[in-house]
Amino acid sequence: MPERKESTKVSQVADSRSQGEDLRVIGVPRRRVDGRAKVTGQTRFADDIFLPRTAHCKLLRSPHPHARIRKIDTSRALAHPGVYLVLTGKDLPMQYGILPVSQDEQALCVNHVRHVGDPVAAVIAREELTAFEALDLIDVDYEILTTISDPEQALATPEPRIHEYGEEGNIHKFVALEFGNVEQGVAEADEIFEDTFFYQGSTHLPIEQHASVAIKDPDGKLTIWSSTQTPHYLHRALAKVLEMPPAHIRVIATPNGGGFGGKSDPFNHEIVVAKAALLLDRPVKICLTREEVFYCHRGRHPVLMKFRTGVKKDGTITGMHLRTLIDGGAYGSYGVASTYYAGALQTTTYHIPRYRYEGCRTFTNKPPCGPKRGHGTPQPRFGQEVQLDKIAEKLKMDPADLRLRILESPNAVTANFLRLGTVNLTECIRRVVRVSDWKNKFRKLPEGHGVGIACSAYLTGAGLPIYWNKMPHSGVQLKFDRGGGVSIFCGATEIGQGSDDVLASIVAEVLGIDPFDVRLFTGDTDLGPVDLGSYSSRVTLMAGNAALQAAERGKALLAEAVALKCEVPKERLRFADKRVFDSAAPDKGVSFPEAVCLAEARFGTIGTVGSYTPPESPARYKGGGVGPSPTYSYTAAVVEVQVHPVTGWVHVPKVCIAHDIGRALNPTLARGQVEGSVYMGLGEALMEEQEFRRLPQRLSHALVHKFPSLLEYKSPTSLDMPEVVTELVEDPDPRGPFGAKEVGQGPLLPIMPAVANAVYDAVGVRIDEVPITPEKVMKALADKKAGREPRFGPDHFPHINWPEALRVPPPWEGGDGNAVNDVHREKPRAVKEKVLAP
Amino acid sequence: MEAERTAQIRFTLNGEEVDVFFAPYKTLLEVLREDLGHTGTKHGCELGECGACAVLLDGKPVLSCLVLALECSGREVLTVEGLSADGRLHPLQDAFADLGAAQCGYCTPGILVTAKALLDANPHPTRDQIREALSGNLCRCTGYLQIFEAVEAAMIKIAEKKTEA
Repeated sequence: MPERKESTKVSQVADSRSQGEDLRVIGVPRRRVDGRAKVTGQTRFADDIFLPRTAHCKLLRSPHPHARIRKIDTSRALAHPGVYLVLTGKDLPMQYGILPVSQDEQALCVNHVRHVGDPVAAVIAREELTAFEALDLIDVDYEILTTISDPEQALATPEPRIHEYGEEGNIHKFVALEFGNVEQGVAEADEIFEDTFFYQGSTHLPIEQHASVAIKDPDGKLTIWSSTQTPHYLHRALAKVLEMPPAHIRVIATPNGGGFGGKSDPFNHEIVVAKAALLLDRPVKICLTREEVFYCHRGRHPVLMKFRTGVKKDGTITGMHLRTLIDGGAYGSYGVASTYYAGALQTTTYHIPRYRYEGCRTFTNKPPCGPKRGHGTPQPRFGQEVQLDKIAEKLKMDPADLRLRILESPNAVTANFLRLGTVNLTECIRRVVRVSDWKNKFRKLPEGHGVGIACSAYLTGAGLPIYWNKMPHSGVQLKFDRGGGVSIFCGATEIGQGSDDVLASIVAEVLGIDPFDVRLFTGDTDLGPVDLGSYSSRVTLMAGNAALQAAERGKALLAEAVALKCEVPKERLRFADKRVFDSAAPDKGVSFPEAVCLAEARFGTIGTVGSYTPPESPARYKGGGVGPSPTYSYTAAVVEVQVHPVTGWVHVPKVCIAHDIGRALNPTLARGQVEGSVYMGLGEALMEEQEFRRLPQRLSHALVHKFPSLLEYKSPTSLDMPEVVTELVEDPDPRGPFGAKEVGQGPLLPIMPAVANAVYDAVGVRIDEVPITPEKVMKALADKKAGREPRFGPDHFPHINWPEALRVPPPWEGGDGNAVNDVHREKPRAVKEKVLAP
Repeated sequence: MEAERTAQIRFTLNGEEVDVFFAPYKTLLEVLREDLGHTGTKHGCELGECGACAVLLDGKPVLSCLVLALECSGREVLTVEGLSADGRLHPLQDAFADLGAAQCGYCTPGILVTAKALLDANPHPTRDQIREALSGNLCRCTGYLQIFEAVEAAMIKIAEKKTEA
C-alpha cells in the first residue's frame, strides 16, 4: 500500500445533491475532456506543428540595455547560403501593445533598444541553425545610452527617456485616488501603523517555450498558430501592424504549455513570422530558446510599497493609505492596468471606510513586466496581510480572530465602488483554523517552528474589456448533431487550466449528455465567436455563462419537439443520461439523438448561441474600470514553517488552504488549481526572483538578467512541495454558471504573506520582502541577537511628486461613484477605445 | 561532403526498428521530433534542466536533449507514444488523466516515462521515492501532489493486474 501521509482531502460545504439538484456532471470529480490527449503526448502545442517547406526564424537581440541604433547592415546575413529573408524594424514600423494607451512596442526595434534581449532583426532561413549562424553576420552600430536600472534611478533620471510618452521623464504612469478623507480616518484611530515592504519580481516560467508558425493559406490569407492566451488580442495587433483586414487573419491559439499570464501580450516574434510567411509564401516557424523566454517576461512587477493604516483598539480599520513604486521594465505591456490593480483590491476583504491609493510605475531598461497570476495584486496583498499580523500582535489579538471581526460583507459596495458578490471568507478562515489546529499552534510551537495566516480576494473576470465596447466578453455557438454529438465553438483558450472542460461540462450537464459526447473547437478566431482570452480568471464565469445560455436555448428547442412527440408538458421534461424523458414517468421519453432529430425535423438545423456581458460597475471615476468583476473569490491559508537557526533555511511542511469557489465544476481540476497556486506562491515566497546584475566593467558593464535559465532561476521541485490540505468552500454564487467562481489565481495570494507571518511566529523576525531567502533570515536573526530591530526589509519610500488625487466620496458618504474634482463621467463604458484592464 | 553531413542509424523506437538519416550534430530529442515525427516528447530548455524531454534509453530515463542521436544506434528508445499497448492506455496514463496529474500536459510525457522507469525498477515505491525519482522533472502547473497520487494509483493498478495474471 502506498503511504498516504500526505493525503489531500476536498470537502464541501453543501453537497449539491442535498439541495434538491440532481447534477450528473457538475461537481463530480472527472477526467478532463482533453485528458487523453495530454497523457498520450497528442496535444498539439505550437512547436509540434511541422509543415512542408517550413522556413525557420531567429531574432537578433540587443546586447545593450539602452542604446540608439545608428545603422544596421544586413547584407552579409542575406548573402549567407540558406538565408531567405532578413527583416529589420523598418519592415514593421507600426507600433502596437496590449493596451490602447501604451502602443509602445515595435516588432523589431527601429532606432531605440530598451533592454538586453530587445529584438532588432530577424533572419529566416531553410534551417534553424543557418538562421542562427546568420545572426552573427548582421552588423549593428549602437550608440550607448545611460542605463536606467531601477525605479529610484528612473525618478532621479528624467533623461534620457526610455519612451517619449508617459507622465514625465521616465515615469510611465501615476495613479492617485482618494475615497473619503484618509487623514481624518487615521486621526480617529487608536493606533497608526506605518510599514514599508518590497516585493521582488518573478517570472511565469511556463515549461513550454513560446512558439509560433505562420502560413499564407491557400486563399492568400494569413493563418498563425501560436502559444498565446489571448488570440483575440493577437488578432487585433496583427491586423494593425500588418495593415491587413482582420477578416484575412486567422489566429489559432494552440493549447498552451503553461501560461500564468506570460502569453497574454501580442509578441514581436508572432508578428515577425506572420510578416515573413506573407513575404515568402511558405510556412515560417519560430520557437524561442529558454533564455529568450526570460526576455519576453511580462512577469510580476517588483513593487516597493508603504502602508499607513489606522485601527481602533478592537481592530476596526479607520483608514488606509497605500503608496507603491513599481518597476515596469522597458515597455508598457499591461502596466497601466497593473498600476491600478496594485491599489484596487485592498477593500474587498476587510471593511476600509476611507482609502487612498497612490501608485507610480517607472520605465527601466529591463524586460517588460506585466500580468502574472494575481496580476498586480499579490504585492500589496503581501504588505496588507503582513501588516495585519503586526496590528494583531500590537492589539494582543489572535490574527485569525482579528480578520474575522473586520471582514467585508457579501454584496457590499466598497469604498472604491467595487460591488462584491458572495463572500465566504468567514467560512474559509474557520476551516483553515480548524484543519491546521491553529489554536494549539499559533505562538505555542517550539522555537524555530511557526504558523502564519493570511487571506485574499480575487476577480472572477475583469468587468471591462481591454478595448471598451458594449459587446459581449464571451460568445459560444453550439451545433447539434443528429448522432447526438454537440460541437462547441468558442474563442476560449486552453492553457492547461481546463477551459475546454468547463465548456464541455456545462453543456453536457444542461443537455444530459456525457462530456465526452462533446467536441470542442476553441481558441480559433475563424471558427468561434470572440472570447477575450484566458486572463483575469474570466473563463469559468464568462465563457461558462455563454455556454450555459447556448445550451439552455438548445434544450428549449429539443424540449418543445419532444413534448409534442411524447405528449408531455415540456416543463416536465428532464434531460439526463443521454435521454429526454418525463420526470413524472421516466420510461416515457426518447434518446438524446432522437430528440435532436425531432427538433431538426420541426425547426430545421439546430444551432444555438449564447453570450455573456458583465454587469455595469457602480465605479464611474477615471480608473474605476480596473477592479470591477461580476464577483470575487476568497481564500484563507495557514502555512506552517520550520526555520533552521544556523542556515536560515525555511522549510514548509504543511499548508492548509480554504477557497471560496462558489461551486467546483470539476473538483479534480479545482483542487489542481488550488495546489498549483500554493506551489507557485511558495516559489515566490521563498526563492523565485527575476534579478539583474551588471557585467564586469572590462566587458560591456551592461545590465543583464542574472540567470536566464531554468537551472539557476530557482523554482520548487517535487522535493520542495509540502503537504497541502485543500478545502473547497462551496456556496453557489448566482452570478456564476451553476454558482461557480474563479479558482486559478486567488489561491496564490495568501501564500506569500502567510509564509512571512509564519517565519515571525517561528523565530521572531519580520521579513518584509519576498523572496524570504536564508540570507535575509540570517541577517534579521543577527539583528535580533544584537538587540537591533529584528527585521529585514526596505527602510524608506522615496519622495515622489504625486499629482492631485481624484477624490471620490465612498458610498456611505453619499458618493455616486464619480470623482468630485474631475470631469463628470456618467458612463465610462460609452467612452470608446480607451484604456481598460484585463 | 554531403555524406559527412548526414548520419544514419538503426535503433528500436517504441518496439519497432527504425532507420533514420539526420545531421550528425542532432540530439535524440531533435531526431525524434524533427526527423521521426514523434512530437510527443517535449522540450523546455534543451539544456538538461527541466526534464520535459525525458525518454527511456534501454529502460533508463535520460534527457533526450543531452543525448546525441548517434549514441543510440542499436539501442532501445521508449517515448510517450510507446506507453499504451493493444489500444489501451498504460495504467500510468489512465491515472494521470483521471486524477488531474496533467494540467497543461507539457511536462507530462517526460514525467510519465520517468515514472514508468521507477515502477519497472521498484514496483512499490514510497511517496518519498516517487518524489526523488521525479525531482528532475519540473512541473509548473500542478504542485506535484496529484502527480504523486496518480503514480500511486497506477502502482496499485499494475500490482492488481500482476496478481490476476
